[in-house]
Amino acid sequence: MKKQYFFSACMLTLMVMGAPADLFAEYGDVVLNKRAEQEGVRPVIFSHWFHRIRFRCKVCHSELGFEMRAGANQVTMDGITEGKFCGACHNGQIAWSTENCDLCHSGRPGIKSGIYGGHQTMGPGRW
Amino acid sequence: MMKKTNTKKNNNRRIKSVMMTIVVLLAVQPLSAESWKKLKDDRLHDPEAPALEVLQEPTEALSVLPPGGSAGNKVDWAKALRDDYIQPRAQIDKDAKLEQLDTNILFKETGDQPYVLFPHKTHTEWLECSNCHEKIFKTKAGETPVTMLGILSGEYCGVCHGAVAFPLTDCIRCHSVPIDQAGKFQ
Repeated sequence: MKKQYFFSACMLTLMVMGAPADLFAEYGDVVLNKRAEQEGVRPVIFSHWFHRIRFRCKVCHSELGFEMRAGANQVTMDGITEGKFCGACHNGQIAWSTENCDLCHSGRPGIKSGIYGGHQTMGPGRW
Repeated sequence: MMKKTNTKKNNNRRIKSVMMTIVVLLAVQPLSAESWKKLKDDRLHDPEAPALEVLQEPTEALSVLPPGGSAGNKVDWAKALRDDYIQPRAQIDKDAKLEQLDTNILFKETGDQPYVLFPHKTHTEWLECSNCHEKIFKTKAGETPVTMLGILSGEYCGVCHGAVAFPLTDCIRCHSVPIDQAGKFQ
Protein backbone atom coordinates (compact mmCIF):
# COMPACT_ATOMS: atom_id res chain seq x y z
CA MET A 1 0.00 0.00 0.00
CA LYS A 2 2.81 2.42 0.96
CA LYS A 3 4.79 1.48 -2.17
CA GLN A 4 1.83 2.60 -4.25
CA TYR A 5 1.74 5.98 -2.48
CA PHE A 6 5.44 6.46 -3.09
CA PHE A 7 5.07 5.51 -6.74
CA SER A 8 2.10 7.85 -7.23
CA ALA A 9 3.91 10.72 -5.51
CA CYS A 10 6.92 10.29 -7.82
CA MET A 11 4.78 9.97 -10.93
CA LEU A 12 2.78 13.08 -10.07
CA THR A 13 5.91 15.11 -9.42
CA LEU A 14 7.57 13.92 -12.62
CA MET A 15 4.45 14.81 -14.61
CA VAL A 16 4.52 18.35 -13.21
CA MET A 17 8.28 18.67 -13.85
CA GLY A 18 8.16 17.15 -17.28
CA ALA A 19 5.41 19.40 -18.67
CA PRO A 20 7.29 21.14 -21.46
CA ALA A 21 7.46 24.92 -21.24
CA ASP A 22 8.75 25.20 -24.81
CA LEU A 23 7.45 23.01 -27.58
CA PHE A 24 9.24 24.19 -30.67
CA ALA A 25 12.51 25.16 -32.21
CA GLU A 26 14.89 27.71 -30.83
CA TYR A 27 13.44 31.19 -31.36
CA GLY A 28 14.32 32.55 -34.80
CA ASP A 29 15.05 29.20 -36.48
CA VAL A 30 14.21 29.31 -40.20
CA VAL A 31 13.26 26.25 -42.21
CA LEU A 32 14.03 26.25 -45.93
CA ASN A 33 12.06 23.51 -47.60
CA LYS A 34 10.78 24.86 -50.89
CA ARG A 35 12.68 22.26 -52.85
CA ALA A 36 14.91 20.27 -50.48
CA GLU A 37 12.60 17.42 -49.55
CA GLN A 38 11.27 17.14 -53.12
CA GLU A 39 14.86 16.68 -54.24
CA GLY A 40 15.43 13.96 -51.68
CA VAL A 41 17.42 15.78 -49.01
CA ARG A 42 16.52 16.92 -45.49
CA PRO A 43 15.08 20.45 -45.17
CA VAL A 44 17.59 23.15 -44.27
CA ILE A 45 17.56 24.75 -40.81
CA PHE A 46 19.08 28.18 -40.38
CA SER A 47 19.50 29.32 -36.76
CA HIS A 48 19.48 33.06 -36.19
CA TRP A 49 21.03 32.81 -32.70
CA PHE A 50 24.21 31.19 -34.02
CA HIS A 51 24.60 33.77 -36.75
CA ARG A 52 23.78 36.92 -34.81
CA ILE A 53 26.59 36.16 -32.40
CA ARG A 54 28.89 36.53 -35.40
CA PHE A 55 27.19 38.99 -37.74
CA ARG A 56 24.94 42.01 -37.36
CA CYS A 57 21.55 41.87 -39.10
CA LYS A 58 22.62 44.28 -41.84
CA VAL A 59 25.30 41.94 -43.20
CA CYS A 60 22.81 39.35 -44.43
CA HIS A 61 19.77 41.58 -44.78
CA SER A 62 21.48 44.38 -46.65
CA GLU A 63 24.84 43.26 -48.05
CA LEU A 64 23.82 39.73 -48.96
CA GLY A 65 20.33 40.63 -50.08
CA PHE A 66 18.27 38.31 -47.86
CA GLU A 67 14.67 39.57 -47.65
CA MET A 68 13.38 39.71 -44.07
CA ARG A 69 10.52 37.35 -44.78
CA ALA A 70 10.74 33.57 -44.79
CA GLY A 71 9.90 32.23 -48.24
CA ALA A 72 10.73 35.47 -50.06
CA ASN A 73 14.22 34.42 -51.09
CA GLN A 74 15.01 32.12 -54.01
CA VAL A 75 17.86 30.21 -52.42
CA THR A 76 19.17 27.45 -54.67
CA MET A 77 22.27 25.24 -54.52
CA ASP A 78 23.38 26.72 -57.85
CA GLY A 79 23.12 30.21 -56.44
CA ILE A 80 24.95 29.21 -53.26
CA THR A 81 27.78 27.63 -55.25
CA GLU A 82 28.08 30.89 -57.18
CA GLY A 83 28.52 32.79 -53.92
CA LYS A 84 24.98 34.12 -53.57
CA PHE A 85 23.01 34.09 -50.30
CA CYS A 86 24.46 31.47 -47.91
CA GLY A 87 27.28 30.92 -50.37
CA ALA A 88 28.71 34.37 -49.64
CA CYS A 89 30.15 32.85 -46.46
CA HIS A 90 29.64 29.11 -46.76
CA ASN A 91 32.46 28.73 -49.23
CA GLY A 92 35.08 27.06 -47.08
CA GLN A 93 36.65 30.41 -46.20
CA ILE A 94 34.38 32.32 -43.82
CA ALA A 95 32.32 29.25 -42.93
CA TRP A 96 32.09 25.57 -43.91
CA SER A 97 31.76 24.80 -47.61
CA THR A 98 28.84 23.25 -49.45
CA GLU A 99 30.54 19.86 -49.43
CA ASN A 100 29.12 19.45 -45.93
CA CYS A 101 25.55 18.82 -47.08
CA ASP A 102 24.41 17.32 -43.79
CA LEU A 103 25.37 20.29 -41.65
CA CYS A 104 22.71 22.51 -43.23
CA HIS A 105 20.31 19.81 -44.38
CA SER A 106 19.47 18.67 -40.85
CA GLY A 107 15.70 19.10 -40.61
CA ARG A 108 13.06 16.55 -39.71
CA PRO A 109 11.07 15.28 -42.73
CA GLY A 110 7.87 17.14 -43.38
CA ILE A 111 8.63 20.46 -41.72
CA LYS A 112 7.29 23.42 -43.65
CA SER A 113 9.26 26.47 -44.69
CA GLY A 114 8.94 29.36 -42.29
CA ILE A 115 10.37 31.00 -39.21
CA TYR A 116 9.72 29.33 -35.88
CA GLY A 117 9.33 30.61 -32.37
CA GLY A 118 10.07 29.09 -29.01
CA HIS A 119 10.01 29.96 -25.31
CA GLN A 120 6.53 31.42 -24.87
CA THR A 121 5.98 32.38 -28.50
CA MET A 122 4.74 30.48 -31.51
CA GLY A 123 6.59 32.58 -34.05
CA PRO A 124 5.79 35.83 -35.80
CA GLY A 125 2.28 37.03 -36.25
CA ARG A 126 0.80 34.95 -33.48
CA TRP A 127 1.61 34.21 -29.83
CA MET B 1 4.94 -14.72 11.98
CA MET B 2 5.03 -11.50 9.90
CA LYS B 3 6.91 -8.50 11.28
CA LYS B 4 4.63 -5.60 12.06
CA THR B 5 5.71 -2.85 9.61
CA ASN B 6 2.62 -0.75 9.78
CA THR B 7 3.65 1.05 12.94
CA LYS B 8 3.16 4.77 13.47
CA LYS B 9 6.93 5.29 13.49
CA ASN B 10 7.41 3.51 10.18
CA ASN B 11 4.50 5.31 8.58
CA ASN B 12 5.92 8.67 9.64
CA ARG B 13 9.27 7.70 8.17
CA ARG B 14 7.63 6.70 4.90
CA ILE B 15 5.71 9.95 4.67
CA LYS B 16 8.91 11.91 5.37
CA SER B 17 10.84 10.08 2.66
CA VAL B 18 8.04 10.68 0.12
CA MET B 19 7.98 14.38 1.05
CA MET B 20 11.78 14.61 0.73
CA THR B 21 11.63 12.98 -2.71
CA ILE B 22 9.00 15.45 -3.88
CA VAL B 23 10.96 18.42 -2.51
CA VAL B 24 14.16 17.29 -4.21
CA LEU B 25 12.43 16.63 -7.54
CA LEU B 26 10.69 20.02 -7.47
CA ALA B 27 13.90 21.81 -6.54
CA VAL B 28 15.59 20.40 -9.63
CA GLN B 29 12.80 21.56 -11.93
CA PRO B 30 13.74 25.30 -12.19
CA LEU B 31 17.15 24.30 -13.55
CA SER B 32 15.50 22.74 -16.58
CA ALA B 33 13.17 25.70 -17.13
CA GLU B 34 16.15 28.00 -17.69
CA SER B 35 17.88 25.80 -20.23
CA TRP B 36 17.36 25.78 -23.98
CA LYS B 37 16.04 22.74 -25.84
CA LYS B 38 18.63 20.28 -27.12
CA LEU B 39 18.76 20.16 -30.90
CA LYS B 40 17.57 16.57 -31.00
CA ASP B 41 14.51 17.49 -28.90
CA ASP B 42 13.48 20.71 -30.63
CA ARG B 43 11.08 18.93 -33.01
CA LEU B 44 12.72 20.74 -35.90
CA HIS B 45 16.03 18.95 -36.34
CA ASP B 46 15.99 15.33 -37.39
CA PRO B 47 17.24 13.46 -34.29
CA GLU B 48 19.10 11.11 -36.64
CA ALA B 49 20.76 13.87 -38.66
CA PRO B 50 24.57 13.53 -38.76
CA ALA B 51 24.68 17.30 -38.21
CA LEU B 52 23.75 16.86 -34.56
CA GLU B 53 27.19 15.47 -33.80
CA VAL B 54 28.78 18.68 -35.06
CA LEU B 55 26.36 21.56 -34.52
CA GLN B 56 26.69 23.64 -31.37
CA GLU B 57 23.90 23.31 -28.80
CA PRO B 58 22.01 26.56 -28.05
CA THR B 59 22.66 26.14 -24.32
CA GLU B 60 26.41 26.27 -24.80
CA ALA B 61 26.30 29.56 -26.69
CA LEU B 62 23.34 31.31 -25.07
CA SER B 63 23.89 30.48 -21.42
CA VAL B 64 26.96 32.74 -21.28
CA LEU B 65 25.16 35.78 -22.67
CA PRO B 66 23.27 38.31 -20.52
CA PRO B 67 19.86 36.86 -19.69
CA GLY B 68 16.90 38.50 -21.38
CA GLY B 69 13.78 37.23 -19.66
CA SER B 70 11.98 34.00 -20.31
CA ALA B 71 10.77 34.58 -23.88
CA GLY B 72 12.44 34.35 -27.27
CA ASN B 73 16.10 33.30 -27.09
CA LYS B 74 16.04 34.43 -23.44
CA VAL B 75 19.07 36.59 -24.17
CA ASP B 76 19.46 40.37 -23.99
CA TRP B 77 21.12 40.76 -27.38
CA ALA B 78 21.42 44.55 -27.18
CA LYS B 79 23.30 44.24 -23.88
CA ALA B 80 25.39 41.39 -25.25
CA LEU B 81 26.59 43.70 -28.03
CA ARG B 82 26.94 46.82 -25.88
CA ASP B 83 28.94 45.06 -23.15
CA ASP B 84 31.15 43.15 -25.55
CA TYR B 85 29.92 39.62 -24.84
CA ILE B 86 29.71 39.21 -28.61
CA GLN B 87 31.57 40.98 -31.42
CA PRO B 88 29.38 40.43 -34.48
CA ARG B 89 30.87 41.80 -37.68
CA ALA B 90 29.12 44.84 -39.07
CA GLN B 91 30.13 44.24 -42.68
CA ILE B 92 31.74 41.83 -45.08
CA ASP B 93 32.34 44.28 -47.89
CA LYS B 94 34.92 46.87 -46.81
CA ASP B 95 32.96 49.63 -48.54
CA ALA B 96 29.60 48.85 -46.96
CA LYS B 97 28.10 51.76 -45.01
CA LEU B 98 28.11 51.88 -41.23
CA GLU B 99 25.46 54.43 -40.31
CA GLN B 100 24.48 54.92 -36.72
CA LEU B 101 21.73 57.27 -35.61
CA ASP B 102 20.96 58.41 -32.08
CA THR B 103 17.46 59.89 -32.35
CA ASN B 104 14.48 58.55 -30.40
CA ILE B 105 10.95 58.38 -31.77
CA LEU B 106 8.05 58.67 -29.33
CA PHE B 107 4.88 56.86 -30.38
CA LYS B 108 1.89 58.42 -28.67
CA GLU B 109 -1.05 56.66 -30.33
CA THR B 110 -1.05 53.88 -27.78
CA GLY B 111 -4.59 53.99 -26.46
CA ASP B 112 -4.40 53.86 -22.68
CA GLN B 113 -0.94 52.30 -22.67
CA PRO B 114 2.30 54.08 -21.83
CA TYR B 115 3.97 55.63 -24.86
CA VAL B 116 6.45 53.67 -26.92
CA LEU B 117 10.01 54.94 -27.22
CA PHE B 118 11.83 53.70 -30.29
CA PRO B 119 15.62 54.10 -29.95
CA HIS B 120 17.45 54.44 -33.28
CA LYS B 121 20.77 53.84 -31.51
CA THR B 122 20.05 50.26 -30.46
CA HIS B 123 18.57 49.44 -33.85
CA THR B 124 21.26 51.03 -36.03
CA GLU B 125 23.89 49.03 -34.17
CA TRP B 126 22.42 46.00 -35.92
CA LEU B 127 20.49 47.26 -38.95
CA GLU B 128 20.99 49.40 -42.03
CA CYS B 129 18.63 52.30 -42.74
CA SER B 130 17.23 50.53 -45.78
CA ASN B 131 16.27 47.50 -43.69
CA CYS B 132 13.28 49.50 -42.38
CA HIS B 133 13.07 52.59 -44.63
CA GLU B 134 10.95 53.00 -46.62
CA LYS B 135 9.39 49.55 -47.08
CA ILE B 136 8.40 48.96 -43.46
CA PHE B 137 8.41 52.48 -42.02
CA LYS B 138 8.21 55.83 -43.78
CA THR B 139 11.05 58.12 -42.78
CA LYS B 140 8.65 61.00 -42.18
CA ALA B 141 7.29 60.85 -38.64
CA GLY B 142 3.58 60.20 -38.36
CA GLU B 143 3.22 58.81 -41.88
CA THR B 144 3.19 55.11 -40.98
CA PRO B 145 -0.08 53.78 -39.52
CA VAL B 146 1.47 51.52 -36.88
CA THR B 147 -1.12 49.53 -34.93
CA MET B 148 -0.85 46.67 -32.42
CA LEU B 149 -2.98 44.56 -34.74
CA GLY B 150 -0.49 45.17 -37.53
CA ILE B 151 2.48 44.47 -35.27
CA LEU B 152 0.97 41.24 -34.00
CA SER B 153 0.29 40.20 -37.59
CA GLY B 154 3.98 40.50 -38.45
CA GLU B 155 3.94 44.04 -39.88
CA TYR B 156 5.91 47.13 -38.76
CA CYS B 157 7.83 46.29 -35.59
CA GLY B 158 6.43 42.78 -35.88
CA VAL B 159 8.59 42.03 -38.93
CA CYS B 160 11.40 41.41 -36.44
CA HIS B 161 9.87 41.53 -32.98
CA GLY B 162 8.15 38.20 -32.67
CA ALA B 163 10.36 36.55 -35.29
CA VAL B 164 14.00 37.17 -34.42
CA ALA B 165 14.18 40.13 -32.02
CA PHE B 166 12.59 39.90 -28.58
CA PRO B 167 8.95 38.84 -28.84
CA LEU B 168 5.89 40.82 -27.88
CA THR B 169 5.20 38.93 -24.66
CA ASP B 170 6.43 41.71 -22.38
CA CYS B 171 4.53 44.91 -23.17
CA ILE B 172 6.60 47.18 -20.98
CA ARG B 173 9.77 46.62 -22.98
CA CYS B 174 8.30 48.87 -25.63
CA HIS B 175 5.56 50.70 -23.72
CA SER B 176 8.11 52.20 -21.38
CA VAL B 177 7.23 55.89 -21.20
CA PRO B 178 4.41 56.83 -18.77
CA ILE B 179 2.17 59.43 -20.38
CA ASP B 180 2.99 62.04 -17.74
CA GLN B 181 6.72 61.68 -18.44
CA ALA B 182 6.50 62.15 -22.18
CA GLY B 183 7.90 65.65 -21.83
CA LYS B 184 11.40 64.25 -21.17
CA PHE B 185 11.53 62.58 -24.58
CA GLN B 186 10.06 65.21 -26.83
